[in-house]
Amino acid sequence: MAKEQLMSYEDAIERFEVVIGLEVHIELNTLSKMFCGCANNFGSEPNTNVCPTCLGLPGSLPAVNRKAVESSIAIGLALNCDIAATGRFSRKNYFYPDLAKNFQTSQYDEPIAYEGSISVELETGEVFQIPIERAHMEEDAGKLTHVGGATGRIQGAEYSLVDYNRAGVPLVEIVTKPIYGALDKAPELAATYVRAIRDIVKAMDVSDAKMERGNVRCDANVSLREKGAEKLGTRTETKNVNSLRSVENAVRYEIQRQGFILAGGGSITQETRHWHEDRGHTSSGRPKSDADDYRYFPEPDLVPVQPSIEWIEEIRKTLPENPAIRRKRLQESWGFADLEFRDVLNSDLLDEIEATVAAGASPQSARKWWTGELARLANSKQLSVSDLAISPTQVAAIQLLIDNGDLNDRLARDVVAGVIAGEGEPGEVVEKRGLKVVTDEGALIAAVDKALANQPDVLEKIRDGKVQAAGAVIGAVMQEMRGQADAARVRELVLERAK
Amino acid sequence: MTEITSASAVALAELIATKKASSLEITTAFLDRMEKLNHKTNSYLHINPETSLEQAKNADSQLAAGKRMSALHGVPIAVKDNLTTTDAPTTSGSKILEGWVPQYDATVVAKIRQAGMPILGKTNLDEFAMGSSTEFSAYGPSRNPWDLDRIPGGSGGGSSSAVSGHLAPLALGSDTGGSIRFPAAVTGSVGAKPTYGAVSRYGLIALASSLDQIGPVTNSVMDAALLQDIIAGHDPHDSTSLPTSLGSMAQAVSTAEVKGLRVGVVKQLSSDGFQEGVKERFEDTIEKLTAAGATIVEVDCPSFEYAVAAYYLILPAEASSNLAKFDSVRFGLRVMPEGNPTIERVMAATREHGFGPEVKRRIILGTYALSSGYYDAYYGSAQKVRTLIQQDLAKAFEVADVLLTPTAPTTAFKIGEKINDPLAMYLNDIATIPANLAGIPGMSVPNGLAKEDGLPSGVQILAPAMQDGQMYKVASIIEQLYVGEWGAPLISQAPDLEVL
Repeated sequence: MAKEQLMSYEDAIERFEVVIGLEVHIELNTLSKMFCGCANNFGSEPNTNVCPTCLGLPGSLPAVNRKAVESSIAIGLALNCDIAATGRFSRKNYFYPDLAKNFQTSQYDEPIAYEGSISVELETGEVFQIPIERAHMEEDAGKLTHVGGATGRIQGAEYSLVDYNRAGVPLVEIVTKPIYGALDKAPELAATYVRAIRDIVKAMDVSDAKMERGNVRCDANVSLREKGAEKLGTRTETKNVNSLRSVENAVRYEIQRQGFILAGGGSITQETRHWHEDRGHTSSGRPKSDADDYRYFPEPDLVPVQPSIEWIEEIRKTLPENPAIRRKRLQESWGFADLEFRDVLNSDLLDEIEATVAAGASPQSARKWWTGELARLANSKQLSVSDLAISPTQVAAIQLLIDNGDLNDRLARDVVAGVIAGEGEPGEVVEKRGLKVVTDEGALIAAVDKALANQPDVLEKIRDGKVQAAGAVIGAVMQEMRGQADAARVRELVLERAK
Repeated sequence: MTEITSASAVALAELIATKKASSLEITTAFLDRMEKLNHKTNSYLHINPETSLEQAKNADSQLAAGKRMSALHGVPIAVKDNLTTTDAPTTSGSKILEGWVPQYDATVVAKIRQAGMPILGKTNLDEFAMGSSTEFSAYGPSRNPWDLDRIPGGSGGGSSSAVSGHLAPLALGSDTGGSIRFPAAVTGSVGAKPTYGAVSRYGLIALASSLDQIGPVTNSVMDAALLQDIIAGHDPHDSTSLPTSLGSMAQAVSTAEVKGLRVGVVKQLSSDGFQEGVKERFEDTIEKLTAAGATIVEVDCPSFEYAVAAYYLILPAEASSNLAKFDSVRFGLRVMPEGNPTIERVMAATREHGFGPEVKRRIILGTYALSSGYYDAYYGSAQKVRTLIQQDLAKAFEVADVLLTPTAPTTAFKIGEKINDPLAMYLNDIATIPANLAGIPGMSVPNGLAKEDGLPSGVQILAPAMQDGQMYKVASIIEQLYVGEWGAPLISQAPDLEVL
């Protein structure tokens, strides 16, 4: 498909006001599905987590998962929403083979949570209040696999397979109100908002929050209007934007695409569009109009959800600290520079560093371990850092050995390798590998003297005040000691003995 | 074996409990009669003697081991074919489900199995329970044992003809707007629709979820009471099932007393549009109750006028959505269209071939009623009528313990008589629909033969929600008054099916 023509981003922003609206679907990590007892488990053999209800067999009925309601209320509270005293489910009717009953049980006019807001901070420090219209409960559909076509898409496929394991998995859909005034920051704001939502549900442990697995999915609505215009422009809804980078890129692309059309006197078609991350553009999906008729009506097979005030307050008490506030607090207490802290956030290592600090390491040393050596190791093993077989407590213990002078940096790296290789706790690894720093001054002095004697030219230079020349001698000593010496102490001794 | 097949379920249970007859003997007797006569009534769509006999033997061994599982232990039963059974196909009277054997038992089916009741077979119905005559069954109409040229009522005409033709001592039915009560009335049997939620709907192939309720079809009030006691109760699979028990109906029946009873007669359902003989029977029932000491009051339910209209918006709306799952993807019929078989075209071809005319009519009606722009005018207004009907009933029940109406405007009509006149067909349910819209219990008991055609007529008892016991009491009183007059239940006056 040919790429559409685009306006330059700067020109589009100069001429138009951007209005965005975001719909984020959160897949909850409840043990069972939304309306039946089947396991909510990613990656099982196709069609093994199914029963009459999630297969939509004749005669089957739904029953609401209490834990899913609890998680939904918790999400609502975390987004500063009001929780509905009574929320009913509705049926959204449309035919599609991944939808077992050919209607989706969702919430329509009575969402569980409504009227909230969260604040989102851009990299520049600029803070936006994002108004939340509603958060509602619904069920996920099954998964279609199109077989036989060149593209893996339905067009051109010979046949399609349906896996209903995902059918009926609980979802919470969070819908913002239109977001105005982001100007040129709209793409970044969209991505930052999605990230904020992801961080919140992850911190709450109501979702696995892995975007690459579709635990968090975003549909981005974008419209442009001439600056100063009252009326909102026609919007498009871009689906399938399933990474933070995609959110940013897709919004940016739509701004440029719509800008080009509008500037040329054209009009925007209201439609859903699909984002293709690989090709960096959106393509037209099906036209969507307000006449799109899902024939919503109240789900007669379910009684309304009526959470008591006591229950809501109980849930409120379990809410963790807001991730943004927590980040602020940690950065302040650790005294990290903005760049250092961003590094930590980008590598998603806040939890690990916090735990390492809690186990007694200094914040800076904890940061260096996790963003440095450990990140490097993980990278070389193609793991995520949190999947390395070393705990924050073990990292802190190793750092403590350094602080006490029992290990130098190089030895400490060997201990880390030993722990990851499953050789035991840091102390045991030190013991087994014989990695203790040599603290016997006599042995050190002997080695220093020997090295100086072997390199008379260097000795000369040191005596002439060329202290940097000492490196060669230090190296020789370290080699002699098989690395098990404190390099700083060796340096002191070299300079002392050279006098 | 005619003695066995014409005995009440209570009597059969007694024979089994006292070891005077085994469940196997009794079940065999019914199977023999079914074999001989089902072709006359077309009551059963599916009969599997082997599994029935197996279950009867099980019931006998349980009893031999001292385990009597219920008051109806060993008594065989017929099951309407819109209830899922793992050991028999379940078609709901539709071609679209031909040959489908469910992977699970409906909760009520599990309960009757648990109660030691062998299943004789699956009974005919109008396709997806849409109809009042079984003429819309994809497998041909059932026939009324009182006159084989006439309908046995619908949608549960298979169950009503089986019970009144002694092809089963009792049966399970489902009632969305009268599908238990109307067939009971026109076949001289007893049919009860419990309070909405009293019986789990899990495994009942939904017609209209907010109206459907499963209940007993029997030849006596006590039989119905015992069966309701077996099938009622909360079910975690059905969120709309009541959390609390309504008590024992059998207990209620055995403590029935007419003294102090206040009987309401609904002004809107006692004159216009009712067949002369049906009206005469109804007046006779009222006279008998008065003579027995009941107080009669007239109650006004003005909203009943809109009940049929509201019902024919709510039912199709819910049904249009409930029937969407029949798409050929996961179960049932699949029809490949000519040309490119895209999923949309396969779904369309399957539904085009698999659904009958009445089902299509209601899907179209319901889809329209839910359409955006029409929702408020149709579905929304119908829901308001529902509230008004509930308010009318609440007011009526302030002055009356139960309400009585004729169950149906006419006796059994001839097969083919109303098939081309949907409105006339819909009006059969004029008296039964309000109970479904309001969620209250309703029951039909025979009150004699209409003078002009000699066919059975029924009287309907309505009670407040959750007061099914009260309804059963009054049903029992009326039954006793008539059995006193006739010397035997009305059904004993039915012609001999063997010579028809």
